[in-house]
Amino acid sequence: MPSATEPRLAFEAPIYEMESRLSEMEAQYARNRSTGDTTRIAEQIRRLRRELAALKREIYSHLDPWQVVQVSRHQSRPQTRDYIDLLFDQFIELHGDRAIGDDKAIVTGLAHLDEHKILFIGHQKGKNLAERTACHFGCAHPEGYRKALLKMRLAEKFRLPIVTFIDTPGAYPGITAEERGQAAVIAENLMAMSRIKSPIISVVIGEGGSGGALGIGIGDRLGMLEFSYYSVITPEGCASILWKGSEHAPKAAASLKMTSRDLLSFGIIDEVIPEPLGGAHRDHREAAASIKSFLLHALRQIKDLPTDELLARRYDKYRKIGAFADDATRAENVNGALEG
Amino acid sequence: MDHKEGRSGKSWHGQAETKGVPVGVFIRCDGCQATLFRKHVAQNLWVCPDCQHHLRVSAADRIDQLLDKDTFEEWFIDLQPGDPLGFNDRRPYPERVKAEQARTGLKEAAIVGQGFIRGIRLVFGVTDSNFIMGSMGSVVGEKLTRAIEEATRQKLPLVIVSGSGGGARMHEGIFSLMQMAKVSTALGRYHDSGGLFISVLTHPTMGGVAASFASLGDFILAEPKALIGFAGPRVIEQTVRVQLPAGFQTSEFLLEHGFVDRIVHRRDLQSTIAQLIDYATS
Ligand SMILES: [Zn+2]
Repeated sequence: MPSATEPRLAFEAPIYEMESRLSEMEAQYARNRSTGDTTRIAEQIRRLRRELAALKREIYSHLDPWQVVQVSRHQSRPQTRDYIDLLFDQFIELHGDRAIGDDKAIVTGLAHLDEHKILFIGHQKGKNLAERTACHFGCAHPEGYRKALLKMRLAEKFRLPIVTFIDTPGAYPGITAEERGQAAVIAENLMAMSRIKSPIISVVIGEGGSGGALGIGIGDRLGMLEFSYYSVITPEGCASILWKGSEHAPKAAASLKMTSRDLLSFGIIDEVIPEPLGGAHRDHREAAASIKSFLLHALRQIKDLPTDELLARRYDKYRKIGAFADDATRAENVNGALEG
Repeated sequence: MDHKEGRSGKSWHGQAETKGVPVGVFIRCDGCQATLFRKHVAQNLWVCPDCQHHLRVSAADRIDQLLDKDTFEEWFIDLQPGDPLGFNDRRPYPERVKAEQARTGLKEAAIVGQGFIRGIRLVFGVTDSNFIMGSMGSVVGEKLTRAIEEATRQKLPLVIVSGSGGGARMHEGIFSLMQMAKVSTALGRYHDSGGLFISVLTHPTMGGVAASFASLGDFILAEPKALIGFAGPRVIEQTVRVQLPAGFQTSEFLLEHGFVDRIVHRRDLQSTIAQLIDYATS
């Protein structure tokens, strides 16, 4: 639960209000317990808890796309390193790209997920200002993408499945990033990941920002946390280009159809991973458990596929993506749903 | 349609002479600001005779310049963009596409097919920055992917000339982003099969195009002073809040930093491509 000092989302105000009433009541209950009768207040607390759950359910079942974006960026939302602690029995971090440095915006390492030994890769945004600055707010430089690819090659060599967590507004837009070939390293990762002989499972845990997300996001299974987004451009970026002002971001967020439900309906992702009541920021442990069951299920599905089969399916998965009409054959394609 | 001189009836579609704005007699060079005879510039491959500035070239003119005369056969002409998001930015996306088609005489931002360069048969693709900034929507991704698959099947060399200021096409949202994955995946198979891919970067090659097929050539050539990069200069300026160095994200900048094999003057492009193919396929 977010502490009082953390920024709160405006649409969650009724939840915070009810929560503070509840905690007052709980304090009163604690005071009265030794002195008098608490049956009535205990009953009130139970009722309020039920109401609070219903309120969270109500608010979170009607989030508009812009509100989803805000939840996906919530300061208390669990990040890659939180999930590393919650998911893995063991984690051996491996640093550096052996060329430029160690990009803190992408974490890589070996991990135990129950009985599975895996290679893990994830964007890290950072929790406080110092961390966020070190991580460039989750925007990786070329050395981050190179590090990721280098470790994926390890996984391929030693036959480890790869799990990647996506959480970035986009690859870093900066001078050194361009000098070190941001475009080239992302391109290289897309092509290399399409051919890597290890099973690859990806989860969008927060922001799935454009090429920076895709750069560690090619693979065999893709899940999205319920209140994450995945988009060709951030809503602010889209708004400032098409509507000449980032204040139109809510409109852009809706227009871009970037929520987990949209992407599931398009057939781009395999699964929407449910979040705890009121969003992942309210219960990190439950969010992790939800992701874990997705990962274990996905691993079971693809871990033992012969390599040829795995790569052929991965090829087909991307091959069929597109929305176009072919006038010559009068066929229409929206992700392989061929008609005509 | 600016770049239409000297073209007569050919098989591809980017040539509707009567559509678009009237063609003037003079044009101004962006490089040296000189006022030039359009005809002279066109005869000079759209390179300024005074300062050698490389002006933008339409897809149709690029085909004329690079491929042996009358050898180009266009493929997959009939692919038309869908509207998967129902996108509307002051104008519904399907209307925008129709207007662009009428304005440019192109059906989409990419043309692909087969042709010959100095007698060598190859698969050729080109993106035209005049059509929604040359951005890669589903049709561009599909055309390039089909072309790459055809090159794989027929074991032909592949040349793609990129001119895409837009990178991805926002109007198609996630479908556009995923074209980067689709084309790169097809190139992965092509490279594994031993195929030769020459990527030619022209002004401008940015964003999702730069971060996918354009950067995946065995050989990467660039025309002089083209703008090439991942993030747009304005976005970078807003992020880092410093003045960008002179020549930032130009062909010369990329060569300096090791991401381009050669910068090639437009008049040498055809011969350079032919030489590279000769080395790689002997
Ligand atoms: Zn000039």
